Parts: sequence; C-alpha cells; structure tokens
Amino acid sequence: MKSYQPIDIAARDLNPDIHKATFESSKVKTAKRRAILEADYDDADKLRETAGLIKQHTIEHLDKYLAQAEERMRENGVQVHFAVDADAANAAVLKIMQDNGAKSMVKSKSMATEEIFLNPYLEKNGMEVVETDLGEFIVQIDDDHPSHIVTPIIHKNRRDVAKSFEREGLGEYNDDPETITRRARKHLRQKYLDADVGLTGGNFVSAESGRVVVCTNEGNARFSISANRIHIAVIGIEKLIPTDRDLSLFLNLLSRSSTGQQLTVYNQFISGPRSANQPHGPEQMHVIFLDNGRTEVLASECTEILRCIRCGACLNVCPVFRQAGGHAYRAVYPGPVGAVLSPLLAGNRYPELADLPKASSLCGACNEVCPVNIPIPELLLRLRDRAKREGIKKATKGTPALGLWATLCSTPAMWKTALSMGHTMNYIPTEMIPHPSAKAWQHARKLPKFQGGEFRKWFKNRKQS
Amino acid sequence: MSNDRDTIFASIKSALEPLPERTECPDWADILPVSKKMDTSVSTKELFVRQHVAASGRACSSVDELIQLLKDEDCSFGYCDPELANLIPEDAGIQFDTDYDMAKVDEYKFGITKASTAIAESGTIVLKDGETSARLAALAPWIHIAVLSEVDIVSTHLEAIQQMADDPYIVFSTGPSKTADIEGILIEGVHGPGIQVALLL
Repeated sequence: MKSYQPIDIAARDLNPDIHKATFESSKVKTAKRRAILEADYDDADKLRETAGLIKQHTIEHLDKYLAQAEERMRENGVQVHFAVDADAANAAVLKIMQDNGAKSMVKSKSMATEEIFLNPYLEKNGMEVVETDLGEFIVQIDDDHPSHIVTPIIHKNRRDVAKSFEREGLGEYNDDPETITRRARKHLRQKYLDADVGLTGGNFVSAESGRVVVCTNEGNARFSISANRIHIAVIGIEKLIPTDRDLSLFLNLLSRSSTGQQLTVYNQFISGPRSANQPHGPEQMHVIFLDNGRTEVLASECTEILRCIRCGACLNVCPVFRQAGGHAYRAVYPGPVGAVLSPLLAGNRYPELADLPKASSLCGACNEVCPVNIPIPELLLRLRDRAKREGIKKATKGTPALGLWATLCSTPAMWKTALSMGHTMNYIPTEMIPHPSAKAWQHARKLPKFQGGEFRKWFKNRKQS
Repeated sequence: MSNDRDTIFASIKSALEPLPERTECPDWADILPVSKKMDTSVSTKELFVRQHVAASGRACSSVDELIQLLKDEDCSFGYCDPELANLIPEDAGIQFDTDYDMAKVDEYKFGITKASTAIAESGTIVLKDGETSARLAALAPWIHIAVLSEVDIVSTHLEAIQQMADDPYIVFSTGPSKTADIEGILIEGVHGPGIQVALLL
C-alpha cells in the first residue's frame, strides 16, 4: 500500500501556475542573495556565524535582555504590555483601541499578528482593519493567507490580482503591475489619513536603547505611524538584540538575505511617541511583547530556531518549498523555518503538524543561507526523533519501514554475513525489479558492480604479514 | 497584564535554568568588517552620491538643478520646511506651503525637509524626527527632497547608528519606495515617494 506524506500530496496537487511562480521567484531571490553577499564581503559566512552567536547569546539571556528593553521603553515613554498567548495579545490591542475611542487601524506587515489572527478578532469586535503592504492587502481582500514570509503573494500572478481589484471596485480590469500599484496607493492613502491606530511588527528590538526597528520597502510602515494618533507594535519576545551597534550587522544581513538588497529602503528606529516639535505621528506608543509558545520553544530541544529574523532565505533556497509552495505547510510559517517552528508553536495542535519536519531531504541548503546560522537540518532531525518517541502516526506516513535495516545495522554478525554475501547482488537482474522508482532509475543508469566485502579479509592478512 | 508579564518571565527562567552553560556574546566590534567593501579612492561625498544613484535616488548639487528637476517632473506646488524657505527663489515659478495643511496631502507634489545625515555605504538619507519639520512632508508627496550638508555625510551604517542619540523616530531612507510583490516586478513609488532627491549643499 502506497502512502504519501501530506507535503507530497500538496506538491502533486499544486496548480502549475503557482508552482512556476514560486519556483522562479525563489530561484531569482536565492541567486541575488548569493551575488550581493559575494560582491560585498570577503567572508560573508563570518557575518552569519557572528550574528548567529549574538542571537543565541540573547535568547539564552532572554530574561535579562527582555527586562532591560522593558525598562528602557518605559523610560522612553512607551507603554509596555505582555501577552502570554494569542487571546491575551488580541485583547490587549482591542483594549487600547477601545480606551482611546479608536475605530480603525492601518496595519503594516507583521507575521506575529498573522500568528494570533488579529484581523478577524478586531473585525468581529467592530473595528476596521486594513492591511497596507501591497501583498498583504491583496491577501486580505482575497480572504487568503500569505504563502511566503517576505513576499506574501508569491502564489498569485498579475491576472489574479487584477481580478481581485476589479471585484473590490478599485477600477476596471487592468493587469499592469504599475497600474495596480498606483491604484493601491490611492486607495490606501485615504485609509492612512482616516485611521486612528497604526500597527506594526518589529524586526529587532535593541535592549540597550529600547528602540524598535521596523524594515519595509514600500513605506507602509512609515505611513502607519505618521497620520494616526496611536502606534501599537506587536513583537515576539525573541526579537531582541543586545545593543544598537548589533543593528549594523543585522540590518546588512537581513536585507541581503531576504531580497538581495544592500539595505531595505526604509529602516525605522522607533523609541517612543513623536518628538515635541513634530506635528505628525503618534502621541502614544504601545509595545505588546508576545509569548504565544515562544517560551515553550525556549525550553524545547530546538531553542536555536528562536534566532530566526524572518528573512525567508531558507524558503527561497529549499527544494521542497519550491515544489510544494507555502500553503503546503498548513501554518503561518512555511518553508524550512516553518517545518521547525510551526509544530513547536502549535501547542496542543502539535500532532497535526508533526509531519512537517519530514518535509525535507536534509540537504543542508537552509543552514548555509541562514543569516543567523540556524542548524535547521539538525533541528528537523530532533523533531523527527521526538515524533517517533511520542509515537505520532502522522509523522511516519510515507516513510519506508526501516526495522529490518536497523536490526541489520545493530547486529554485527548479521552485518558481516550480509557484506560477504554482497557479491550475489551482481547476479540479481536489478532492471527487472517491479518498483516504479527502481525502474525509472535503471532506465537512465546502470547499477555499478558490488566490489566490497573484502576489507576485513584484507585487514586480517595485512596484520599477519 | 501584569500576570502575563510574571508568567512570561517565570517561563523564561525555568526554560533557561537547565542549560549547562550559556553562549557568550562574541566580541566582534573591532574585528569583523560589517560594512561592505568600499572604494577608498573617492571622497565620502562622492561615494554617497554614487551609492544614492545606484539605489535609484537622484542627487542635486545646487538649487538650480533642483528647480530644473521639479520643472521636468511637472511639480509646481509642494511643501517646504519654513527654515529652508529661502532656498527657492520667488521667481523660480515654484509655489509651496511652509505650514503643512492636512487637507492638501495629495496636492503637495513635492516635500522639502532637512536630513540629519547621510550614509556613504548605501547612499542612505537619515531623517530624524526632531529635525524633520513634518513627517508627512517627507513621505506623502511623489518627490521628497532631503536637504543635507556634505559635511554631515558619514561612511557607514554603524556611524549613523551611533549618532542616533535620543531622537524617538529615525528613518534610514535609501532610494524611492518600492515593491516587487506582483510577480517579482519592481515598481517604484508605492506608498512613499516615487522620487527621492538628495540636495547637497
């Protein structure tokens, strides 16, 4: 009986247009990343390794750095909140809005708020919420989900977008990307001006100064804190780095790893409400530090995944992501990082996602491109081991039974006999094996003759002479 | 809320307690070159201009050049920081407000504000809240003109970061606003300026 891993089924059933778009775009970004790092640095790996150590150090001293950031923020006039889970975070955002008589929010791109399903929660409670990143805006009007951390509509083409804009009354059908962008500019401009609250995520938080750093190319995160009265930033507790100086390293790595740019167009360093002489910008700044499973990850066997700075490089380079697309990962975080993070963040839904760590050939490409050097293949193995130990059925789907092999490997006598019998392999007509993959393989290649099994004999004789 | 704080800190402590040892912070400050390799044969100013233009920004070295640019782009009305109002001669045919009027957000075709510094490494303009006369003027118009003195240009991101002091809102702005969300095709001028100008005086 043939059984497939869920990710295989998703890849098999993926719409060819989406497959092509995902594959091409990932390939281009991987090439750009590599080109710019090679052009700009003699030893880019040294930067990645250092950044990895800084983040690992930070998360292993998270109590200290989180307390320090909180203290600086309060000194800077920021109102700091903590939320253990999605419900607490959503309630905190709603309460800030209600306390201030706010009715509408413009939102800049934030994976943390995808994670807690903030939009439907606020809408249910009578608030207007508008996504302002172009990709996220399209995801919102289509009632869809992002399929990539950085480029959320990697799975849509211009015709899809044009149809959505037409449906939403944003003009007649026109699939020219520039026209679409201008229409979004006009539509969202008014939303910015009318909104009471602007919500952002945070790419980094400096514990030293309490600065929140937000990086965007479009300028939507700037607009989200320019015309409105209140700024709310929802930030995972793992986003800390020790000092401002560290930012010079991280900003250079983030943009190159993510989109192959030397620097994101806009890097905002926000440490509080607007300055005294400034006519525009929020009078209040709130930071909501989100746990939502992160402290459990910290206590798990996969602490290193908390280094992640959400650049998306591991998605772009991953042969499985390229074939299956982001939605195949059935969670907010797709790709290799998602295969580790999603099951860990899933709480009691863990068994549903326990198959994800198997969605990898362990080729190691994700580790090689990671700007914080996360040993993702190693973490995937640890999670596979955990699923096995916990006997989670879903995680063994599509896996060949290796019981016989394990016995063979762990019984020296059997192993020895098997090796000395290896020559019999040469007499098996392998091209006749009625297995589709074996047949396909044999069609193009010839199995080399077995020539081993002589080492022990040779070694024994060598000692005697 | 305060309960959530205590819970989170307690969870962190109990997660970290079993660690046999903790990773030390690497001391990279003086040994790791985090800025990209740069051409050292040219001045900081020239390097900035080169990088700024490479990032699709425009550079003007005189007011006349700027006025020409505004005329070429068909921009005759905008906003200007009151302290910079003397820059544009009255007979230049360029009109502007010095008091930002929210009702005219879409009428302002350009915004002229001060930049605090600029960074040669990436051609970046640095805007500080305390020195920007109006946040929206640097963001909403199609053309943003950042006025800076060439003595203010620093070489690296790190130098600019070290000069942030206690300003509550600083923007590193590198070229025009852009997106590649639709089929990876680059479009300039999404929500912010479609043209970013550095006026070096």
